[in-house]
Amino acid sequence: MSVTRPSPTPAPTARAIAEQVVAGRLDAEQALREAFARGDAARVGPEGLNALLWTDRTSAVRAARAPVAGSAAQTDRGLLAGVPVAVKDNIATLDLPTSCGSRILEGYVSPFEATAVSRLRAAGAVVVGKTNMDEFAMGSSTENSAFGPTRNPVDCSRVPGGSSGGSAAVVAAGMVPIALGSETGGSVRQPAAFCGIVGVKPTYGRVSRYGLVAFASSLDQIGVFGRTVDDAALGLQAIAGRDVMDSTSASVPVARYADARDASLAGVVVGRPREYYPESLDARIREQCERSIDLLRERGAEVRDVSLPHTDLAIPVYYIVAPAEASSNLARFDGVRYGLRVSAPGLVATYEATRSRGFGPEVTRRILLGTYVLSAGYYDAYYRKAQQVRSLIADDFGRVFASGVHVLLTPTTPTTAFPFGAKADPYEMYMSDIFTATANLAGVPGMSMPVGRIDGLPVGAQLLAGHFDEARMFAVAYALEAALGEAAHR
Amino acid sequence: MPVTVADVLHVARLARLGIPEERLEPLVSQLNGILEHMDVLARVDTTGVAATEGVGAAGTPLREDAGEPVPLARAIDSFAPSVRDGFLLVPRLATHDDTAEETA
Repeated sequence: MSVTRPSPTPAPTARAIAEQVVAGRLDAEQALREAFARGDAARVGPEGLNALLWTDRTSAVRAARAPVAGSAAQTDRGLLAGVPVAVKDNIATLDLPTSCGSRILEGYVSPFEATAVSRLRAAGAVVVGKTNMDEFAMGSSTENSAFGPTRNPVDCSRVPGGSSGGSAAVVAAGMVPIALGSETGGSVRQPAAFCGIVGVKPTYGRVSRYGLVAFASSLDQIGVFGRTVDDAALGLQAIAGRDVMDSTSASVPVARYADARDASLAGVVVGRPREYYPESLDARIREQCERSIDLLRERGAEVRDVSLPHTDLAIPVYYIVAPAEASSNLARFDGVRYGLRVSAPGLVATYEATRSRGFGPEVTRRILLGTYVLSAGYYDAYYRKAQQVRSLIADDFGRVFASGVHVLLTPTTPTTAFPFGAKADPYEMYMSDIFTATANLAGVPGMSMPVGRIDGLPVGAQLLAGHFDEARMFAVAYALEAALGEAAHR
Repeated sequence: MPVTVADVLHVARLARLGIPEERLEPLVSQLNGILEHMDVLARVDTTGVAATEGVGAAGTPLREDAGEPVPLARAIDSFAPSVRDGFLLVPRLATHDDTAEETA
């Protein structure tokens, strides 16, 4: 097993950095330089992990020296003071390219910035760079990037998961404590599980998507990676909340997630959905998740067996709905307004030449699939049917949470990180998301956290909660993280 | 009903994608391979089930169809492929006797 070189200094948590910066014992520029040094040691660039696509150290240092922006009334000002963060390459930044891992947007620099990035900056964070990803977030391994695959820092012969594999890798490698990713079917939770870190997909509407390049608009949500539960909580705290620039962002108050750090689990009901523990599940992954449930029970949680009977339909539904929406959203990449243009005789020929040259094989496949399921004669059989079954999947969650269950605990993935090229069949790759796509279809929040290892490779457990109940999800995550820590020292 | 080469060419036209000849057969095979997994949905009883129209009880919230344009930090000629006098330059629509036209 090949492992990256250790960092020259241990990677501090976001909380530790922010507390030192606020106390005047560390300045943001020094914190940034240390992050770059850790990134160099871990070889996060194209010659190594290929996790960091675009970076500009001069501009980052300038940002670190600048006073924190934002109004004085902003309560979270300083929450991430001096914390170096990385941003997935499909989230718009003013000072770095936003290429979505695609040739069609190679070199494109957005003329506006995503709200999530602006909020990170307003909280004091400093952006170190943009991270590699499956092209337009279509993939589960980061092998589909036009700029080459990202390697898993735990084992460089294996994928980091995807599509936010670059963000997961820079956090797992210790360069930064927090990174932004995006989720459509598991693209934060699955790479978090593969890389042994925490990954959170908030409730649909919890985080503004202004500046997130759209893939499937009824599913997309910006998410957060952290090395610890606390760092992920701080990261989400900084970016959550209503934004007038995104009508789908919700006017629901944002809890202070880190307040859940010492919350008791008395009265908390944890559900164990049987469909997420099929007989075919790797027995070692089952054992790690069962052990996590036992630890939560020891800490006072009540555990109940529950059923989400339409779970096995999630992948067929997802791979109709998501490509259908993508076929519409990606129509904007036509060689006229931004990005690549391949000139050909006439408008339609230019469209076709540009899109054929600019999109990679997986994106092309999904656009064709999405166009097919929306086309005359197939719409009812595929798209409408999928949207009906999607309602059944959402109803499953509604029924379980209405019955008094607060949080569900499941495996995040059916396997640990797999070797490059192991899943050549598209549908086999799609099955990587079998335990994660349900949350996107239902719009509920979910997170993955590391609960153990198999043959040196991380195993993630997934926590799922009701709409906008991230605080309870974090309470369970904090408790489980503490229990796992104590168990390791017994 | 399996997807055919004609189907792929049809949807590729709709999606404005030019597919090289050698990619057609593999795409037909891959799309059929994916769609056969979708057949399971046909066996689900969805009588009386509403199709999801948005996530959450309120559906998809829509903003008022009005508002200020988004302020841009840079002019459009910094990111658009072709601009003239502040407008995006669109390639000429080709016709049957005008296929050699090219954009300025």
